[in-house]
Amino acid sequence: MAKKKIVWELSEAIESTDHIEIKDQYELFIGGKFVPPTQKKYFDTVNPANEEKLARIAEANEEDITKAVKSARKAFNSWSKLSGAERGKYIFRIARMIQERAKEFAVIETLDGGKPIRESRDIDIPLAANHFFYYAGWADKLEYAFPNRKPHPIGVAGQIIPWNFPLLMAAWKIAPALACGNTVVLKPAETTPLTALKLAELIQESGLPEGVVNIVTGAGESGAALVNHKGVDKIAFTGSTEVGKLIQQSTAASNKKLTLELGGKAANIIFEDAAIDQAVEGIVNGIYFNQGHVCCAGSRLFVQESVFNQVLDKLKARMETLIVGNPLDKNTDVGAINSKGQLKTIESYIKSGVAEGAELHQSSAQLPKKGFWCKPTLFTEVSQSSKLVQEEIFGPVLAIQSFRTVSEAISKANNTPYGLSAGIWTDKGSKIFNMIMNMNAGVVWANTYNKFDPASPFGGFKESGYGREGGLHGLSAYLNF
Amino acid sequence: MSDFNLSVVPVDQLGVFERVSRFQKRSIKGTSKIQGLKMALNMIDLTTLEGADTENKVKQLCNKAQHLHQNLDSLPTVAAVCVYPSMVKIAKQQLKNTDIKIASVATAFPSGQSPIEIKLADTQFAVEEGADEIDMVISRGKFLEGNYNYVYDEIATIKEACGSARLKVILETGELGSLDQVRKASDIAIQAGADFIKTSTGKISPAATMPVTLVMLLAIKDHYQKTGQMVGMKPAGGISTAKGALQYLIMVKETLGDEWLNNQWFRFGASRLANDILMQLEKRNTGHYQSPDYFSKD
Repeated sequence: MAKKKIVWELSEAIESTDHIEIKDQYELFIGGKFVPPTQKKYFDTVNPANEEKLARIAEANEEDITKAVKSARKAFNSWSKLSGAERGKYIFRIARMIQERAKEFAVIETLDGGKPIRESRDIDIPLAANHFFYYAGWADKLEYAFPNRKPHPIGVAGQIIPWNFPLLMAAWKIAPALACGNTVVLKPAETTPLTALKLAELIQESGLPEGVVNIVTGAGESGAALVNHKGVDKIAFTGSTEVGKLIQQSTAASNKKLTLELGGKAANIIFEDAAIDQAVEGIVNGIYFNQGHVCCAGSRLFVQESVFNQVLDKLKARMETLIVGNPLDKNTDVGAINSKGQLKTIESYIKSGVAEGAELHQSSAQLPKKGFWCKPTLFTEVSQSSKLVQEEIFGPVLAIQSFRTVSEAISKANNTPYGLSAGIWTDKGSKIFNMIMNMNAGVVWANTYNKFDPASPFGGFKESGYGREGGLHGLSAYLNF
Repeated sequence: MSDFNLSVVPVDQLGVFERVSRFQKRSIKGTSKIQGLKMALNMIDLTTLEGADTENKVKQLCNKAQHLHQNLDSLPTVAAVCVYPSMVKIAKQQLKNTDIKIASVATAFPSGQSPIEIKLADTQFAVEEGADEIDMVISRGKFLEGNYNYVYDEIATIKEACGSARLKVILETGELGSLDQVRKASDIAIQAGADFIKTSTGKISPAATMPVTLVMLLAIKDHYQKTGQMVGMKPAGGISTAKGALQYLIMVKETLGDEWLNNQWFRFGASRLANDILMQLEKRNTGHYQSPDYFSKD
């Protein structure tokens, strides 16, 4: 009988890239056509897993933004007058085309952003298609959604999205805007523009009237030009709180409507009566999902003291089974950090944590030599005043504290400038309801985490922003009454 | 009556299902697939538990256990053959001079609806006939009534009667009603001295499922962390495909670790699984799937 220890390692299972097409160079998508930028300036987008260049991307300046806004304005005149049912048909078509090309989108999302193919394949792309499906259904029912309130579209929406869920965020922004009869100018993040540009190609092919969706690429300056443009009626921004504050300042004293979905520092709270193994699983998914590049990442963990050691041991053991590496490998759990800049930010937080005297623990995973990588990390011996607990790191770094009483858990969890999300782990229903009522967070998950559905509104309290995306609430952000 | 320390460990069903779906998404290809399939073959308790079993059928089964498929070189044997007590002697004769163990069900298998004296006699008979392993059933009625002490004592008594034979305790999870109950029954069996905990008799549907098995593996893990003692796991019934078996193995690896990836600590109770694995291995050799008729059915 076999008694010697067997080591069974998974062989590589790399997703094929044969079926995808990435051009050497991408232009701006304005008025239904790909047009070169006025200044003829381009920047590179790289694969963060190996630092190889993927494509050259056009950089939009003010003049290009003006062109895009003008084309959106022109399209608005006819698009907003189209019947809801007709608009819905176009949006349904986009949703179906995303589904048909899901594999291509998933691979490109992974190449450009570094996230595991399992996540882009099973979460990002299907959810993006679902958002289009969901809002397509609302297009001809707005009068029913807001009875006796005569909803009508706002006009041209300027939309700026982050690099953590590139296609999904584009879908969150574009789908409700179109369903409500607006036209859009969307600016994807400079490190992850490819799936938005692929979406532009798809939209072109779908036959959507020219100018209804314009996609302009560039960095912060291009975004600022869009925010400050006089022809824009509404700004929707998802990104950092820092930039969100700037946007709010620059749109003040203007007619622009504004929704902001900003940072977070979510608390996951494990009570002693929780199903510990499943809670640990939820904590792992809450912080290491998408390398922690998630605005609602469960980056703070509070554990009731009687189960603290048990949770910590199980957490450390589970971290060891996370497979870190090539994002294209179907077995990879944790992929590459999105950019060199973000890696530096994360590393500086880890350094500061150690310097503050917090206890560092990282998984023993071997990191690839090229590319941007960070081991799944957790810190114990942290305090409320620690930077690790106060600031959004946007990386795979978890800060763990213990608590004794329910009221202590509530006050510590709410003691943050943010208020996007929270997680409650207990087997007791009454405790769940009590905690939900007391959490200052836009989303509270109970015995699960990071669950998204187009029908469910998402958004924050306090410095996590305002306005809701998703569901019925997501419509009102794109309507005047 | 002995008293034991039963602390109730809550289980979140959705959380378990989600964890299982992650195991099912692991992509097991190339050399890891071949290694995994051979490992799975070596963990099978090749089973026949029918009223209509004959000596000849058991003989054929024992032959299959030693020679799974003549066309394939360097195949392992299965771990054990699993039969009723009346067939233990036959199996023992057939399998002498091999490493293959004889497992016998006992304790009024599959219902367990007999007094303890009869269950003991059943067990003693099987052991005397030469069984290396005893697969007992728990009294589900007593368990569901909340009479945990009875269940504990019963297992402990049978364990004593097993002597050096290893005891597998069948919880019959298909009759327990919830994952919370599965966890409770696992904890009782482990504390009462089970060498293995086993999901099912194979006579009740549902038999083994991945969520149930995961809950049992977690009970084993907690016990190991507390005491340093390893307990084996045997999902039985319902696992008939090579792909399914590999998903179980990845679950064992990621929950308990490589130490459990051998037939001393993990078994599949299955009769159809072996042929599906052989078919996969044969396909790897020839590039084609072959007719099921090229594989012996015993």
